[in-house]
Amino acid sequence: MATVKFSIYRYNPEQGGAPVMQQYTLDQIEPGMMVLDALKRIKVLDESLSFRYSCGEGVCGSDGLNINGINRLSCITQLDGLGGRVEIRPLPGLPVIRDLVIDLSLFYQQYRAVKPYLVRTDPEPEVEVLQSPQQRGKLDGLYECVLCGCCSTACPSFWWNPDKFRGPAALLQSYRFLADSRDQITEQRLDELEDSYKLFRCHSIMNCAQVCPKGLNPTEAIGRIKQMMLGKMI
Amino acid sequence: MTGIVKQIERRRFDALVIGAGGGGLRAALQLAQAEADVAVVSKVFPTRSHTVAAQGGINAALANVRPDNWHWHMYDTVKGSDYLGDQDAIEYMCRAASRLVYELEHFGVPFSRLDNGKIYQRPFGGQSQNFGGEQAARTCAAADRTGHAILHSLYQQNIRAKTHFFDEYFAIDLLSDPEGYVQGALVLCIETGEPLIIEAKTTLLATGGAGQIYRTNTNARINTGDGMAMALRAGIPLQDMEFFQFHPTGIAGKGMLITEGSRGEGGYLVNKDGERFMERYAPTAKDLASRDVVSRSIFTEVKEGRGCGPNGDHVLLKVDHLGADVIKSRLPGIRDMVRTFLHIDPIDSPIPVYPTAHYTMGGIPTNRFGQVVAPEHHGAEEPVPGLYAVGECACVSVHGANRLGGNSLLDIVVFGRAAGNHIIEVLKESRYHRPLDQASLDRALAHLARWERTGGSETVDSLRTDLQRTMEDYCGVFRTQDVLDEGVRKVRDIERRLADVTLQDHSRVFNTARIEAFELENLVDVALAAVTSAAARHESRGAHSRIDHPTRDDEHWLKHSLYFRDGGQLDYKPVRTRPLTVDSFPPKARVY
Ligand code: SF4
Ligand code: SF4
Ligand code: FES
Repeated sequence: MATVKFSIYRYNPEQGGAPVMQQYTLDQIEPGMMVLDALKRIKVLDESLSFRYSCGEGVCGSDGLNINGINRLSCITQLDGLGGRVEIRPLPGLPVIRDLVIDLSLFYQQYRAVKPYLVRTDPEPEVEVLQSPQQRGKLDGLYECVLCGCCSTACPSFWWNPDKFRGPAALLQSYRFLADSRDQITEQRLDELEDSYKLFRCHSIMNCAQVCPKGLNPTEAIGRIKQMMLGKMI
Repeated sequence: MTGIVKQIERRRFDALVIGAGGGGLRAALQLAQAEADVAVVSKVFPTRSHTVAAQGGINAALANVRPDNWHWHMYDTVKGSDYLGDQDAIEYMCRAASRLVYELEHFGVPFSRLDNGKIYQRPFGGQSQNFGGEQAARTCAAADRTGHAILHSLYQQNIRAKTHFFDEYFAIDLLSDPEGYVQGALVLCIETGEPLIIEAKTTLLATGGAGQIYRTNTNARINTGDGMAMALRAGIPLQDMEFFQFHPTGIAGKGMLITEGSRGEGGYLVNKDGERFMERYAPTAKDLASRDVVSRSIFTEVKEGRGCGPNGDHVLLKVDHLGADVIKSRLPGIRDMVRTFLHIDPIDSPIPVYPTAHYTMGGIPTNRFGQVVAPEHHGAEEPVPGLYAVGECACVSVHGANRLGGNSLLDIVVFGRAAGNHIIEVLKESRYHRPLDQASLDRALAHLARWERTGGSETVDSLRTDLQRTMEDYCGVFRTQDVLDEGVRKVRDIERRLADVTLQDHSRVFNTARIEAFELENLVDVALAAVTSAAARHESRGAHSRIDHPTRDDEHWLKHSLYFRDGGQLDYKPVRTRPLTVDSFPPKARVY
């Protein structure tokens, strides 16, 4: 039953002024409690604190936050490992709407821009398109993305060019379709990534892979896209 | 009011879809592909919708693993529903299943595969071959993340179809004219806090379930029965709300869902003596009996002192004997979750589980085209013009008194598509929007303004907590008249206290406290529907288990309940026992 001090980023555009870090203290923190549980308790004390969440179990991707300097999902981040002081900020690099809620429009726009959907040009069979377990296995580590934004908002290249660089989340999705044996527009997908920003702003700094709460590895996916492009040029 | 009304922004679409889970997105896709102007309003970004949390899979008699056909699936669904399901809708769904699963595959869903390249299927509860024979394997799966895979693929196809999305808009109320035509909705932009009128020739509710009426539940925060309550406020009844599914295997004390697929893959339940107790309750199907049966068995084991743990308050789900490979490839999400929330690895240790509130079988009454039906002039099957509902918020009714695992993902795609098709036909005949009814808009605006009030003595959080506890204690797995009557009184009391709830924070921009206040109103309306309907049904059927009326009573109770908000009145209507083409399955004793 420990006591934990929270320092939380507060900003309400209607009240004007600069953002502040507001302090809250919670006692009776039980082992295994998640950051989201703490936020919910704080909201009971102070209903003006806004943050997003939904599933509470790491599958909906609503609650990406910067917690003690690292981007993660509040619902699956345990207080135990964070020490007695917890600093919670919105994910960095995108505009803040209010408190911990950020405007993800650019992030979603980059996602949409990679054509994140299966495209086939062959006539459709009346049954499933066959795919071997090995071919399907290539999608593991890619399709599980919850679009939380933790990776892209940890990426320096995305901070500087969120409008031009697709960012790790969108590129991971791009590769999810490039890697799918059923997809038939590989050439076009690669062509559309070919300029100095969309893909090539990635300098393999690996921030993205380090933070992904689902254990996915956008850096590796980006590397594979680069390989495919090289292969195409040769 | 008129002065204010002029300032409210208005948008016009052919079709409005409220809710962006699988049902809403499947309907929207059908509409967008037919080049209708379709707007999807969702209180969360679409991929945050609760469909994302569905794990085990989607049923279709593809026969990829064991022999199967749609008619066996139909039989299982009717039996699973404890004969309360409407057999026309069930036939329609089971016949459509294979085609729609193939279609999902074509949309890009990354289904797990068999060695021959076909879609992987696993056994699930309540499935049989040959009308009650051997266990079938009918559930098509993408590992244990099938809902995630389907929701993302449907959203992606909607991106391709250029569907128009209003992300993070909260629907306040339906708008309708004096003749009863539904004309769209008043919605609230969460980001700006400003209202918006969306006029539409047709409106589809696809707002999901209401698991948040219970304290411990497997549901997302957002499952607050918004569409159901909007329908109630518009004078439409809710059907069969006494039937609420308790999933046998929520993580004990916490509620996170552990898929039935874990038993489908060969897992089983044990009590404190290490006994595989389901063999006593369901000698044939054992751990794969249908959910109501398994939940009651667990409940009974615990009550009779055979529960596990220091407090004897749960049972254990064993999957460790399946081996690391099966768990890693077929149940990776479960493994993640158990490791995160219980700090154990299911590869080595059994999982503590307990029945947990999971699924709303009841909902807004519809026919198999997704049209909302309500008694108005000529009977209970009369469509409400312009209004549709699909998925968990609706009651079509394919699940009757108990839903089979794997049938909810199927329900949403089948009826999402069917509603889309019906709307397309209606749009051909409706060239113009009907003039918006001012009185209806004024009512919705008054509702919106309600949370501007100050000075009340209650908070949203305390009332919600009381409501959830009351529902858990007074409308749970096993029920009696006394307890239910007390439950009705208590929820009525909570309803009265609602008038004293006010907000501290009246700001506009992304005010989530305000959204939670609207959600609380919806929860109270839906909870009242559930407990009132339960107190009135004097029999045990499916998920509704009455200790004081322990048997099913087909003579008096083979009928759907209809609960009206106005005065809390109940009415009943017959079950549609006639299928479309095949013979009816008459009620039989239900053994597994
Ligand atoms: S590896 Fe690339 S995408 Fe990932 S953080 Fe670094 S620059 Fe960004
Ligand atoms: S790759 Fe990981 S961090 Fe990035 S959006 Fe997807 S789930 Fe989130
Ligand atoms: S609330 Fe859904 S991922 Fe955290």
